[in-house]
Amino acid sequence: MKELVCIGCPRGCQLKIEKNNRGEWVVTGNTCKRGEAFAISEMTAPKRTICSVVKTAFPETPVLPVRVSADIPKERIFDVMAQLRTVTVTERIGRGDVVIPNVLGLGVDIIATSNILRT
Amino acid sequence: MEQYDVIVIGGGPAGLAAAISAHENGAKTLLIEREARLGGMLKQCIHDGFGLARFGERLAGPEYVERFIDRFRALGIEAQTRTFVTRVERHEAGFTVVTVNQDGLTRYDTKTLILATGCRERTAKQVSIHGTRPAGVFTAGTAQHFTNLLGVLPTKKCVILGSGDIGLIMARRLTLEGAQVLGVYEAKPTPSGLTRNIHQCLHDYDIPLHLSHTVTRVFGQDRLTGVEIAAVDDDMKPIPGTEQRLACDALIVSVGLIPENELAESLHVPLDPRTNGPVCDGQLMTEVPGVFSCGNALHVNDLVDYVSASGEEAGRNAAHYAQRTRDEIVLGASENFQYLVPQRLDRGADNSAVTVYFRSRDVLGRCRVTLTVDGREVWSKQYPFLRPPEMQQLTLDFGSFGIADAASAQFEIEVEA
Repeated sequence: MKELVCIGCPRGCQLKIEKNNRGEWVVTGNTCKRGEAFAISEMTAPKRTICSVVKTAFPETPVLPVRVSADIPKERIFDVMAQLRTVTVTERIGRGDVVIPNVLGLGVDIIATSNILRT
Repeated sequence: MEQYDVIVIGGGPAGLAAAISAHENGAKTLLIEREARLGGMLKQCIHDGFGLARFGERLAGPEYVERFIDRFRALGIEAQTRTFVTRVERHEAGFTVVTVNQDGLTRYDTKTLILATGCRERTAKQVSIHGTRPAGVFTAGTAQHFTNLLGVLPTKKCVILGSGDIGLIMARRLTLEGAQVLGVYEAKPTPSGLTRNIHQCLHDYDIPLHLSHTVTRVFGQDRLTGVEIAAVDDDMKPIPGTEQRLACDALIVSVGLIPENELAESLHVPLDPRTNGPVCDGQLMTEVPGVFSCGNALHVNDLVDYVSASGEEAGRNAAHYAQRTRDEIVLGASENFQYLVPQRLDRGADNSAVTVYFRSRDVLGRCRVTLTVDGREVWSKQYPFLRPPEMQQLTLDFGSFGIADAASAQFEIEVEA
């Protein structure tokens, strides 16, 4: 059995996960479905969201905040960070616009999270 | 002189929600913001997790607040940015707000005022650390401003004092950007930040958390070169002989937030020593009629979703404000509450859906929160646990508890054996 703290929302449920005798994961301590999904994902293929900034060509707004469009494997976080350092935004793109499509072939995009370059 | 129904001071998430709601309830509304851009602190909170309660999505801070800015603009609500409120005068019909900006001094008349001034970080000077005054001592919010808005990494190797949420978020953020975070030191025996942030910001990156430890001294002339760490006893006093010196180029402090209420105090709005925010009623009106409070100026929230909700409530109530005498009773809370908002109820108001916010003083196991009106228990709720960092929120129909005729109302936490 493993104990985890759910990071799905600020409630921070204390989860317990173990396999029953049929080899199925059994999660307790969760107060919603997200907790169960999180615990199973943590045991099999942990994923995280990553948020950061990328450089821009605009002196008054030197960086643009970005995030991944969906969770990525936890062990690839620093690989994605390295990709972000290679980018300079030269267009006045806005919230939701793609900065790097299909980053490292992970099937998720890097998207802008602010209209700061447009205001 | 321009005459408004509602003037909102502060253009962060609370103020934006308040202005939108006041406008939608028919009030002629003006929002005043001292920075060049609306959005408040969320402009630099680029991490995700905002809006889960409100939108069912995990948004980054700018994504969350820009939804409100877009709505604010679409409605054509007036805003004065780069404008600082220097003084508020109270008179019979309402208030005069005096501002200064590039155009000089301006006076605005308003029937009501919404204080959405947010909160400020407690600084290193307020936690008495000895030593020199080198560069490299930052609040977590300042480090966040450098990293996320200016694109400048403020440290290569740092120590974080305090386990508040911004400090935990910055521990992860600086690590992602290639800085080394030696550890997070917390003087209290339990963490101050949300449990999930301990996990996703520290454990995920193997950043150690040292409870019952503090920074006692800083070293360095022009730039910080190191800090002294010591274990503390139950009274949070450093224990002699436990000192240890760590080499680093920055000390980042995340030791608490204090609601900003200078304007409120200038209007003689009574503050609650438990929240450091104004005492208010179920309509979020302070003890000064016509002055409303919301967001982190009222009490420090851990979720922006609640900040927006309180802004909307204050905006709606300010729009419908009519001068009349209030008939207030104290809404009491036992000692094991860190605080409970609202602190008063106006027996003459509509109290059918009052939002109550509270935190426990200590970490508590299975317990029951009760409301007693005139000695009779009228409501209770079970909680599996209560932790001070995780604020609780609920909506109660005080009308159904006979509050209109009641003489006393008291909340208690009963801990089960």
